[in-house]
Amino acid sequence: MKRFVLTTALAATLAMPAFAVQPAEGETLAENQTYTYWLLDAIKSLDPAKNTDVEGSDALRSLFEGLMTEDAEGNMVPGVAEDYEVSEDGLTYTFTLREANWSDGSPVTADDFVFAWQRVVTPATASEYAWYMELMNVANATQIIAGEMEPAELGVRALDDRTLEVTLTAPTPYFLNTLSHATTYPVPRAVVEEHGDNWTRPGTLVGNGAFTLASHNLGVEIVFQKNPEYWDADNVVMETVRGVTVNDNNVALTRYQAGELDRVQIPAGQFPRLSEQFPDQAVSVPYGCSYAYVFNLSDKGPEALKDQRVREAMALSLNREVMVDQILQGGQRAAYTWTHWAINGFAEPEGGMADMPYEARVERARELLEEAGYGPQNPVRLTLQYNTDENHRLLAIAAQQFWRPLGIEITLNNVEWAVHTDRLQNQDFEIARYAWCADYNEASTFLDWFRTDGYNSGKWSNAEFDELLAEARTADDTTPLYRRAEEILAAEVPATWVYHYAKVDMINPAIRGLPRENLLNTWYAKDLYRVAE
Amino acid sequence: MFGFVLRRLAVAIPTLLLLIVFSFVLMSLAPGGPFTGERALPPAVLANLEAQYGLNEPLWRQIWNYVWNIVVHFDFGPSFVYPDRSVNELIAAGFPVTLTYGALSFVAAVVLGVSLGVVAAIWHNSWLDYLAVGISIGAQVLPNFVMAPLLVLVFTLWYRLLPGGGWSFNDPSFWIMPVIALSTSYMASIARITRSSMLEVLGSNHIRTARAKGMPEHRVILRHALKPAMLPVISYLGPVFVSMITGSVVIDIYFSTGGIGKAFVDSALNRDYAVMMGVTILIGALTILFNLLVDVLYAWIDPKIRY
Repeated sequence: MKRFVLTTALAATLAMPAFAVQPAEGETLAENQTYTYWLLDAIKSLDPAKNTDVEGSDALRSLFEGLMTEDAEGNMVPGVAEDYEVSEDGLTYTFTLREANWSDGSPVTADDFVFAWQRVVTPATASEYAWYMELMNVANATQIIAGEMEPAELGVRALDDRTLEVTLTAPTPYFLNTLSHATTYPVPRAVVEEHGDNWTRPGTLVGNGAFTLASHNLGVEIVFQKNPEYWDADNVVMETVRGVTVNDNNVALTRYQAGELDRVQIPAGQFPRLSEQFPDQAVSVPYGCSYAYVFNLSDKGPEALKDQRVREAMALSLNREVMVDQILQGGQRAAYTWTHWAINGFAEPEGGMADMPYEARVERARELLEEAGYGPQNPVRLTLQYNTDENHRLLAIAAQQFWRPLGIEITLNNVEWAVHTDRLQNQDFEIARYAWCADYNEASTFLDWFRTDGYNSGKWSNAEFDELLAEARTADDTTPLYRRAEEILAAEVPATWVYHYAKVDMINPAIRGLPRENLLNTWYAKDLYRVAE
Repeated sequence: MFGFVLRRLAVAIPTLLLLIVFSFVLMSLAPGGPFTGERALPPAVLANLEAQYGLNEPLWRQIWNYVWNIVVHFDFGPSFVYPDRSVNELIAAGFPVTLTYGALSFVAAVVLGVSLGVVAAIWHNSWLDYLAVGISIGAQVLPNFVMAPLLVLVFTLWYRLLPGGGWSFNDPSFWIMPVIALSTSYMASIARITRSSMLEVLGSNHIRTARAKGMPEHRVILRHALKPAMLPVISYLGPVFVSMITGSVVIDIYFSTGGIGKAFVDSALNRDYAVMMGVTILIGALTILFNLLVDVLYAWIDPKIRY
C-alpha cells in the first residue's frame, strides 16, 4: 500500500491519467472482440450497495467506476476523480471530478456519490457492506448505521457538480485505496429513486463504467456491451463480455476445452497435467488468501490447546510441503506466516520453523509434547472441523496422519458452511479450518484478524501484537512492525498456517490484458482485448 | 366424485399451512442465518439487516406476516441472498425452465418406459425381453450425476453438436442433454414396473377369457391388458411428475440451467429463508394437486374404485 506523508503532501495531484491497456506492437486485433469468462454461481446482486461477493464485484467494475480505479498491477489510478486535495490535518479530502456521463447520457455529478454513499449507510438499505464506510473512516458513518444520526449527516458533500468533499474521523493513510471498491461506486439517483429494488435490471440499470448491462439471465448468463458514453471509450477495445455460469468446475473445464469459455479455474490436482499439455494456457499466479487451522483458545476451547507447547508441536509437525505438492498441486505455497508471502512490502521473519528440516521439526514436536505430558501412550484427543469441500477433506486427512504418530488423535468433523461459520463465531469448535482473503494489498488485511477486537474466532489475545498494529496505522515504514507481529504469531501459535493460495486458471491465449501481477486478481474488462489467432 | 375432489381440496389448505409452520420452525432451528458469512457482521449492521427482513420479530409473528403476505398480496417476500430480487421473481424465472425440461423428460420417460415394459412382457423371455431389461438396468445403474458430465464430454467436447450448458427457451439444443440425463433412470423404473404389472395382468382370467373368445391379440393387449396394468405405474407417476417438473439439483448444476432445483438446495445451504419457503410451498402444493389427480385417474381406470 502506498502511504502518503500527510504533513508534507498538502496538495497531491494525480499525474497519470487512466488509459486502458493497448495492444502491443505486432499484435493483430481479432475482428470479434468478445470475452467469455466462467462464473461458478449466479451473480447475487448488481447493486453496488448490496453486492457482497467476488463475482458481483467483477461485474460491477465493468458497469460502474469509482473515484479511483486500478491499473493492471493493482495500483490506484484516477477513475472519476481527476485530482484531489487533502487538508493539513488529513481529515478532509476534496475531489475534483472529471467530465463523465452515465450510460443514459446525463452527467456524473458529485451528488451521485453523495447519494450512493448515504444510501450504503442508511439502515433501510440493509447493506451488508455498510461497515466499509466505517473502515474508510467517513465521518458519522458509525452513528448513522446505528440509527443515531440521519444519513444526510454523513461526511460527504457536493460542493458543486464536480467537487466532492469527504470528511474523515481520523487520518487514514489507506483512504485512497478504498475508493476503487464497489461499495463506493456512484449510483444514478434518478434511476434508483424511480425503480427501487428493480433498478439493476437490464434495460433499467444505468452505470458510469466502460460497459452496460445487455442481458442478465440469473444463474445462466450475464452479458455486457461496450458503453459509448464512457469517458475513455476511445481506449476500450473489447466490445462484448459474457459471464457464463457453470456450477461444476469439471464441466466448466470441458466447456473451456470445447471453446465455450475463454477462462476457467483449474480443478484441484489437474494443474500438473494441464500445464504440461497446454503450457500456453495453464496459468498459476499468487492469490491473496491464506489457509490455516485455528485453535480455540477461548474458555470454551479444550484444555490441551491452552498449552502453547501442544500448539507449537502441531504447527511443527504439519507437513505443509506434502499438502501443497501432493494434494493441491497448483502452485500454492506452504505457509509459515499468516500474511500471504506476495503481499506488498511484507518480509517474512527469518529463522523460524520454515528453515528447519522436517525431521528436525518432528523431533522438536515430540520433545514439546513430552514436556507437556503427552505422547503416543497418552494421546491428546482433539476435533478438527471443516466445511464441506473435497480439498478441505483431503487436507484434513493429511493433517490427521501427520499428527497421529506423535500422539495427537484427531477426529474429523465435516459440517456445512453455515454451521461451520456459526460455530466459528460462537467459539463452538476445537480446531477449525479457516481461510482469509486480502481486502487490500497490505499485511494488515491479514494481521488485523488476530487483533483482540478482530474477527479472531479462537480468541487469542496479545497486547504487544495489538500495539504493533495500532502503530502501523500511521507509521511510515510498516515492514518491521508487521514482521514483528508475525514473529509473535509464530511464537504463540494461535493457529497453524497451512498454505498460501494461488489462482490456477486456463486462459485462452488470444485474450490479452488480464492481470497476472495483481495479488487480489481484480480485473477490468476495459483493459482486455482479443488478438487474431 | 365431485364431492371427493372438493373435500380433498379443503384438506389441502390446512396441510399447506402445517407445512409452512413446520418448515419455518425447522428452518429457524438450523444454526447460522442468511447473514452469517466468512466475516461476522458488526452488530449494528446485522441489526439493520434483521430489522429490514423482519427477522427481529418473534417467530410466530414472522410466520403470521409471511402467511398474511401470501394470502393477501400473493407476495412470497424478498430473497435474503439475492437482495435485488423477490422470491416471486426468482420462482417465475426458474420454474418455467424446470417445468420445460421436467415435462419433456416425463413424456420421454413414460413413452419409452411403458413401451419397453410392454414389449418385454409380451415377448416374455425372448431376446426382446432381455434387451429391454438390459436397457432399463443400464439406465438405472448410470446415475444422472455420472451421465451429465459424460454427455457434455461426448456431445460438447468431442462432437461439438450441443451447447455444454445454459438455457434458452428459443433453442431446443439446450434442452436435449438435460432431458436425456433426467429421464433415463425414471424410464428404467417405469419399464420395470410396467413389465411386471403387465406380466401379472397377462396371466389373469379376463385375458384368458378374451383370448378364448378369439379376440385379436392387439385388442387383448391394448384394450384389456394395458389399462389395468397401468395402475401401479400411475401411482408411481404422480409424485415422479412433481419431482421432475420441480427440477433436479443435479441437472441444474451440471447443465447450469438456472432452474429451481438448484435454487432450492442453495436456499437451504445459504439459509435464504424466503426462497426456501417459497419453493417448499410450490412443491407442496404441486404434490397435493398431483396426488389428487392420480386418485381421480385411478377411479377412471378402475371402476372398482369408488370414493
